[in-house]
Amino acid sequence: MHKLLQNAPDQEIMLLGNESLARGAVEAGLAFATTYPGTPSSELSLNLFQISQETDLYFEYSTNEKVALEVAAAAANSGLRTMCIMKHVGLNVAADPLMTLAYVGVKGGLVILTADDPSMFSSQNEQDNRYYGKFAGLPVLEPSSVAEAKDMAKAAFELSETLQEPVILRTTTRINHSSAFVTLGDIKERNTKGEFIKDPMSFVTVPAVSRKLHVKLLENLDKAQAISNRSEHNILTGTGRFGVICNGVSFLYAEDAVKDLGIEDKVKILRIGFSNPMPDQMIEAFLKDCDKVLVIEEGEPFMEEAVRSIAQDAGISVSIKGKGDNLFSRLYEFDPAMVKRVMASYFEIEYQAKEPVDTSNLPEIPQRPPNLCSGCSHRATFYEVKEAAKALDMDTICPSDIGCYTLGFLPPLSTGDFVLCMGASVSSSCGFAKATDKKVISFIGDSTFFHSGMTGLANAVFNNHNFTLVILDNGITAMTGHQPNPGVDMSLFNLEGYNRISIENVVKALGVEHVTVVKPFKVKKSVEAIKEALAFEGVSVIISKEPCALHAKGLKLLKPRAFTVTDRCKNHRDCINEIACPSFFLEDDKVRIDATTCVGCALCAQICPENAIVPLKK
Amino acid sequence: MDIKRLIMVAVGGQGNLLASKVLGEAALICKVPVRMSEIHGMAQRGGVVESAIVFGDASSPIISDGEADLLLGFEPSETLRALNRCNKETTVITNLAPLPPFTVSIGRGVYPEMDTIQALIKERTGSLIAFDAMELAIKAGSPMSTNIVLVGALIQTGILPLTRESVEQAIKTRTKPAFVDMNLAAFNLGFEAAAGAA
Repeated sequence: MHKLLQNAPDQEIMLLGNESLARGAVEAGLAFATTYPGTPSSELSLNLFQISQETDLYFEYSTNEKVALEVAAAAANSGLRTMCIMKHVGLNVAADPLMTLAYVGVKGGLVILTADDPSMFSSQNEQDNRYYGKFAGLPVLEPSSVAEAKDMAKAAFELSETLQEPVILRTTTRINHSSAFVTLGDIKERNTKGEFIKDPMSFVTVPAVSRKLHVKLLENLDKAQAISNRSEHNILTGTGRFGVICNGVSFLYAEDAVKDLGIEDKVKILRIGFSNPMPDQMIEAFLKDCDKVLVIEEGEPFMEEAVRSIAQDAGISVSIKGKGDNLFSRLYEFDPAMVKRVMASYFEIEYQAKEPVDTSNLPEIPQRPPNLCSGCSHRATFYEVKEAAKALDMDTICPSDIGCYTLGFLPPLSTGDFVLCMGASVSSSCGFAKATDKKVISFIGDSTFFHSGMTGLANAVFNNHNFTLVILDNGITAMTGHQPNPGVDMSLFNLEGYNRISIENVVKALGVEHVTVVKPFKVKKSVEAIKEALAFEGVSVIISKEPCALHAKGLKLLKPRAFTVTDRCKNHRDCINEIACPSFFLEDDKVRIDATTCVGCALCAQICPENAIVPLKK
Repeated sequence: MDIKRLIMVAVGGQGNLLASKVLGEAALICKVPVRMSEIHGMAQRGGVVESAIVFGDASSPIISDGEADLLLGFEPSETLRALNRCNKETTVITNLAPLPPFTVSIGRGVYPEMDTIQALIKERTGSLIAFDAMELAIKAGSPMSTNIVLVGALIQTGILPLTRESVEQAIKTRTKPAFVDMNLAAFNLGFEAAAGAA
């Protein structure tokens, strides 16, 4: 049985934040879940995917976040408790349904989990998604700890049903990827049988209906505000005339800071867990009782501005600070010492920070950047595209996309000139091709192609743009940990009842006239095919098809067969200088191959001018 | 309860997440509050994995620069890179078996001398326990048990509020049944190595 399904109330187990969120949803009787995978939310989805294989919970990996939210909106309006999971930038994709779903509302509880990523550990920006709550007019809940994540996920369903609105549950990487003991609770029975009761004047958002729905939304916001003002998620602790208002993980840092600075009798903390609408009366009462207030929140001054506005409205003139010089930054995530330092300085408390050891005169430590894996087919494709462009003497611009292959921008492959968001490789190619006279070659993965590459390609064909799109089809959503997508063979997961879509058929159906499928580990053939595609006037597509080596190894579909460098090697080092596979190393100034990591893709063997690289004899 | 802060740094694939799990389970057995945080993401693609584990009555799951009581490095150059987490009293434990970054393997960086690494850590921190954990892991049965060898050394220092028995119990429940004996041997070798090094 899945560990999150155990019916053992009061038992304490160690859970990852994402597991805690999944357990909270299970305890709430979650019946329906949709997602598009994205770090730091991926393990939450993965756990629900596994649970769905053991229970009647419906779970799907949708093609993108907009689709996921629309599927979820229907389930929730059929009365089912539903969760829709995505990373922060995913909510941009889902923003269209989100804004109007707020008007329509829900019948069964709908919790939209958005995982923000301050410091951008694995994201292209660090946007603060609390603003989506304000933007759409939806309640926002924010847990501070792993244990609270479970309870809040559970409570979010209740809140959603009370207000008949979706609830945004906003986490940050430090919640999703921290672990702590969590006390299990009761599991509510799952209702998986939905019923949709037709009511066009509530569900069909033509202008006449929406005008009424907007009124309803504002009324709901007033109700939400009243709930926020007495919410158990907004916690007041401590006593004293110094006030701290904080949210999320900052609460933990503030608690530790108060303890470490020994100012328990001087500081009271208002932890905001229900952050949209802000609890205005609670904050007003708090401010009246303070001589000085510090707002501690990662990201934007979302609460700080609200608190100032509440103070202004109530005629309170207490000093309120948050972001600014010698205070907190809008950049990156916070840490305990930073919070301690700012708190000590703002409240004028003596504090001697533990001094980190002096690292100014350490020798340079060689960097360890992430790299495409040994045997990764993307490496071969990038190499071949470069060779083909070189042979045709083409000056290129290479837009890339979101996935493992984004790493292709690093030397020596150095392929990747422009990365924006999911799907942008294809659409930006249209712009570059028109705006410049360079040859445009773009790169997109299979999952990203289904996510939002297809519409860009339709645009390219319709508007008759001129570029080559390389679809790196490794048969899985690799970067986020090997999730399915519409092009994946689901029998690999031992799952039945799915269909599989051929990327080649999609591309052809979209009207692309020059489509070639290559096997990237056949170097010469691939280079020739790519040359033809590059020379084609109009939209041409190369589909480079080879399973993800890491995934195939995990499934035992790929039996590694290491290669070795023989004495024929004359140290040209094309292998290291052109493809830089991590299995290479230098020994006595000679290139060697690490037999424990080489999977035997034979890319290096094919480019060695001396044919010096051969299979290792066992 | 005293707060103890441990930073573990490793290269993707060295098994520091399993080490965290074992320590977390041992904390549960010893009824010690514990909070852990890890940064993975692209780790399986050869990057650095860092775990922070805070034992005792603290709320934060992460550790600021200078605030680690213990630094456990699975790879010597990564131990050195994480030195900013230490203060002059920190106890540092490091594996001495190098996994040169790819940049070094292809001649685009120089791996620091092992003696230099040890001297630099020693002169800046409270104490250093350094040994070849990989060699001991092989002795225990497989290089895969390097992580547990290092956990053995960590527990030997007595800095963490965890008993030896609790960790051995955690190894029995949290590592794969087929590897339990090997891991217990690995734990013991690491424990003895740290006792010898101190």
